[in-house]
Amino acid sequence: MNGLVFGPWELAFAALLVLVNAALSVAFSLGIHRSILIAALRMVAQLLLVGFVLGFIFTSADHWLSLLVLFAMLMAATFEVGSRQRKKLIGFWHYGLSGIAVSGGTMLVAAFALMTVAGSEDWTTPRIVIPIFGIILGSAMSASSIALNNIFEGVSSQRAAIEAQLALGHTRAQAMAPLMQRAIYAGTLPVLNQMAGAGLITLPGIMSGQILAGANPLIAAQSQIFLMLLLCAASTASVVTAVWLAAKSLSDERERLRLDRFRVKKG
Amino acid sequence: MDDLTLGPFDGRNTFNRATNRHAILRPRFSGAITNLMQNPAIRLKAKGLKFQSVGPIELEVAAGRCLAVSGPSGAGKSLTLRMLADLVPHEGDCFVDGVASSSMTGPAWRRVVRYVSSEPGWWAATAGEHFADAKAQAEGMKRLFLDASLLEAAPERLSTGERQRMAFLRAIEDRPKVLLLDEPTSALDPDSVKAVEEIVRELMGGGCAVVLTSHDPEQVERLADHVMTLARPL
Repeated sequence: MNGLVFGPWELAFAALLVLVNAALSVAFSLGIHRSILIAALRMVAQLLLVGFVLGFIFTSADHWLSLLVLFAMLMAATFEVGSRQRKKLIGFWHYGLSGIAVSGGTMLVAAFALMTVAGSEDWTTPRIVIPIFGIILGSAMSASSIALNNIFEGVSSQRAAIEAQLALGHTRAQAMAPLMQRAIYAGTLPVLNQMAGAGLITLPGIMSGQILAGANPLIAAQSQIFLMLLLCAASTASVVTAVWLAAKSLSDERERLRLDRFRVKKG
Repeated sequence: MDDLTLGPFDGRNTFNRATNRHAILRPRFSGAITNLMQNPAIRLKAKGLKFQSVGPIELEVAAGRCLAVSGPSGAGKSLTLRMLADLVPHEGDCFVDGVASSSMTGPAWRRVVRYVSSEPGWWAATAGEHFADAKAQAEGMKRLFLDASLLEAAPERLSTGERQRMAFLRAIEDRPKVLLLDEPTSALDPDSVKAVEEIVRELMGGGCAVVLTSHDPEQVERLADHVMTLARPL
């Protein structure tokens, strides 16, 4: 293909821009330079490593190896969702909940997607499985971490309102429904924005990537549409799962509010 | 009549012998009907209620009677009421008219045993939406010196005292069998205090059993048939 290739010079120039950002943060004491630099360095290391590893996996074409990669991706996403939360549930369940939410939605939608493309190519090829799984997982991850953050903050700040309803004999479902709806909305908002703005405000990633790599724009648009719909489905499924599990975890079988199940922050 | 019993003593217990004296039955005026009823049935009963260092608590309150729970701050007065309403996890069980809390769902229990917090929460946009039937509140609001227009107001726009009276009306709307009043008049002026107490006494006249916490010894004197004192947990 006759697409663009970004070599060391182009990358160095882009890095310079980030350094300028960091310098601005130092100059105006915004306090974000550390996070920016660390995130950028981490991203560079991660992507180079992934490029290297994927190259290896694609040439080896070993199915067990790709399964292992998918599993590692799931674990990483689970950890990201869990550790993003300012409030955490006690014990292992915090990550258990994140993992169920992220992997449930992702696996369901990814399986569907892979079945769909199965006709045209061997869908078990790592070259197909890993990128599709990755895109869906990324979307499910950010959606469910936003939703979890929202429901955790909501329940702890609305403690009095929830308890007042419980004391009057309302069920936990009644008492928590508005907060759950709000969290689900917040979690699906990014993918809704993404769909609304697609093509008008932003040229979505896959489409841009394919066009840059020299593909026909219409073909690029079709694969973007396919993926966008999958992302919407996966995000929504993950968000609903995450919020439902969170609400269940913060109450018990006697329909009491159980804020004692939040980990107490030390220091 | 012996409708108040105390739990065992175990050093870390919330009752101690010095305060036990207060638990001796002290009959008080509590409405005409209760005076007529010589042996009112036990309405609320708690067996071995315990949460962390508070309890075990044993208590019985007869229909139409009021038990005051007193003790220093931090002794677990609110916690006791919240255990009775099954709003916090606890050991032991409670019974209303002999039916165990554990035999019904949490919400079903709390529809019968109503906890009224000293810091009531609000969830809807207007105060009126917190009632099942806002129109039926006219009389109660008038008696508690609340203007009917307050039903249209946002809860955060009400004064602390207005919120406290509204929360009281909201809690008694469906006439629960047991009322757990946690500092029910802490933010009220003397006239409103009197009005709330009058309604409480009427509910007791209808057979409602009341458990009360109050920092006002005179209110305890006026309302309570019995007093149970909790000591600060060690």
